[in-house]
Amino acid sequence: MALFSVNGMRIKGIAAAVPKAMESNRDYERISEAERNLLIRTTGITTRHIASPGMTTADFCQHAAEKLIEELKWQKSEIDLVIFVSQSPDHFLPASSILLQHKLGLPKTTAAFDISLGCSGYVYGLSVVSSLISTGGFRKALLMTGDISSHSITPEDKSTWPLFGDAGTATAIEFDSGSKSFFNLQSDGSGANAIIIPDGGLRNPINEKTFIKEEVEKGIVRHRRNLWLNGLDVFNFSVREAPSNIKTLMEFSNVNQESIDFFVFHQANLLMNETIRKKLKVPSEKVPYSLAEFGNTSSASIPLTIVSQLKSQTSTPKKWLFSGFGVGLSWASAYLETENILCPDVLYI
Amino acid sequence: MDDISVFIRKIESEIEELTPGTLKPETHYRELPEWSSMHALILIALSETEYDVSLSGEDLRKCETLRDVHTLISTRT
Repeated sequence: MALFSVNGMRIKGIAAAVPKAMESNRDYERISEAERNLLIRTTGITTRHIASPGMTTADFCQHAAEKLIEELKWQKSEIDLVIFVSQSPDHFLPASSILLQHKLGLPKTTAAFDISLGCSGYVYGLSVVSSLISTGGFRKALLMTGDISSHSITPEDKSTWPLFGDAGTATAIEFDSGSKSFFNLQSDGSGANAIIIPDGGLRNPINEKTFIKEEVEKGIVRHRRNLWLNGLDVFNFSVREAPSNIKTLMEFSNVNQESIDFFVFHQANLLMNETIRKKLKVPSEKVPYSLAEFGNTSSASIPLTIVSQLKSQTSTPKKWLFSGFGVGLSWASAYLETENILCPDVLYI
Repeated sequence: MDDISVFIRKIESEIEELTPGTLKPETHYRELPEWSSMHALILIALSETEYDVSLSGEDLRKCETLRDVHTLISTRT
């Protein structure tokens, strides 16, 4: 089992950047008013921020990282590690983390690499940063997460278009010998088709059929370079696996669930997250949501929720449970404690 | 597991679009004009939170009536 504890990781700051441009689900005219009302009530998503063409996930992460470095008064020469978690990189190659190392003006002594994960990516990324920083060989690290999902969805597909928003985040992490964190990481590739962009990689290179639109059912028209989502399967997977993963982590860490201040879940949709919350018997005031304004922002959703919803809470010691679940299928949870997280206001780029 | 009438009442309380009393054990729920994929999610959520039973999309596709859904959940509780 990928169930482990790590000493030495402390989150010092979190910043998030989103596009200024917004789409409102109330204006989504491809479905009836009754369907819109049901959609907004069930998913909890009213608006989403959508990037303009040419803007990439790394651009938003760069803005977030620059703000964080400035406000933390970090010396760039002390940043030894950059990890970029995304499924919408600038290029197939080179890795976006390395482009970010250069754009942020970080030294050539910085280690940089990408991790390809979506909804579970923030927790996985934290676990990798934690493990590396616990060696004592890295002083400061930047974990950058997010996605521009709008590039792969279309208004013609009502099963994806109203759900996803764009965002990039940066989390500043330092070595701190007094801290201890716990992680539980899982995966199941048998569910790969539940969320997939079928064409564009080496398995199915772009070909003459890639961009032929197909009507799968009424209101769902898509081509093979779009994101395909089987909502029922993802829902069933998430409400079954996420609570069980979290319970296992709680038992392993020997942490009393009642002592946790906030349970920050990946922002998938309201009904799904509320089902997970109820199964875990967590009071609603401990489970924040950023869904209403930002929608599902993939690996950015946990840090974006902290920055946008809990900014007033982060300057004092807190105990956190993070849980991410989705594309892969991949899911993970983390328990950690913080002293003082600096959170600049959400940046609107 | 709840009696089927209680089960149906719980479904109706979760789905605002349905007038109370619309649903019966023999209702082919997927054929209701108000029914949508969102309601299937609500049904799965209800099964998880009320009965701690996981239903997949495939499970629901095999159930024609609400009695079928009730029977399926009953066999798993």
